[in-house]
Amino acid sequence: MTTTKSRSLPLTKRGLNFEMMMWLFTRLSALAMYGLILVAIVGALIMGARTQMNMADVLRWSFMTSSTHVQSTDITDLAPWASPFWRVTGSLLLLLAVAHGVHGCVVIADDYIVSHRGRNIVRLLSIVFMLSMMGIGLYILWTS
Amino acid sequence: MSLKRNVSLATGLRYNGQGPMLTYVLHRIGGLGMAIFVTIHILASFLGGESGVFINTIYENWLFQIFIFFCALFHAINGLRITILDLFPKLLEHSREAIWIEWAVFIPIYGIAVLVIISTAFGG
Repeated sequence: MTTTKSRSLPLTKRGLNFEMMMWLFTRLSALAMYGLILVAIVGALIMGARTQMNMADVLRWSFMTSSTHVQSTDITDLAPWASPFWRVTGSLLLLLAVAHGVHGCVVIADDYIVSHRGRNIVRLLSIVFMLSMMGIGLYILWTS
Repeated sequence: MSLKRNVSLATGLRYNGQGPMLTYVLHRIGGLGMAIFVTIHILASFLGGESGVFINTIYENWLFQIFIFFCALFHAINGLRITILDLFPKLLEHSREAIWIEWAVFIPIYGIAVLVIISTAFGG
């Protein structure tokens, strides 16, 4: 097996365009989502999940910190789970996840839709879809 | 601007990309699976009512849980590998070994999760 040395240009020689920014955003938003999920797990354990929730309940809560995800567990007092802190955490996770996911779908679509016109339509549709999903998600998080 | 690749589907399927190709395909399947799931889930909780309850019964099916947990866990662990290798490009020299580590992390966690899902579904 031959070993190949990695080649990577310094940032100044690569230039910084929109695709490069989205490439970086995909990585950084992934790291941020790991962080938010970890905060949600630790928060759940502090708020009494150790005795009143099972592992699946904790995971469901940590993937989206909405108090509706706690309703079917043995937790009786939902008030701390519906605090503004958890609504903000959930909103951040929602916005990051939707932007990350929609960009991923555009990348996949670009592999199959190769005409200039087609790609423009995909971009327009994905922006409309992204904004409506963010709007609906925020509405659910802050009114439930 | 229009790209032409001149590669037929049959040639594409015969391409032998080995480990990295497999993770690339599974990453896409996992990402698409989660994107579709999250979209339906947000719409269902927005609509509520009977359609929301009907969609909930799909989520609670153990087969669906095994599928969506594969999507989420593989996408998360493979994404972490990609992020680490991309943010520290020197590590790219060990990309094959990184994939072996990834499977060593993924298989035990996913195996335990599948056992728990199945025992919950059939053990009562």
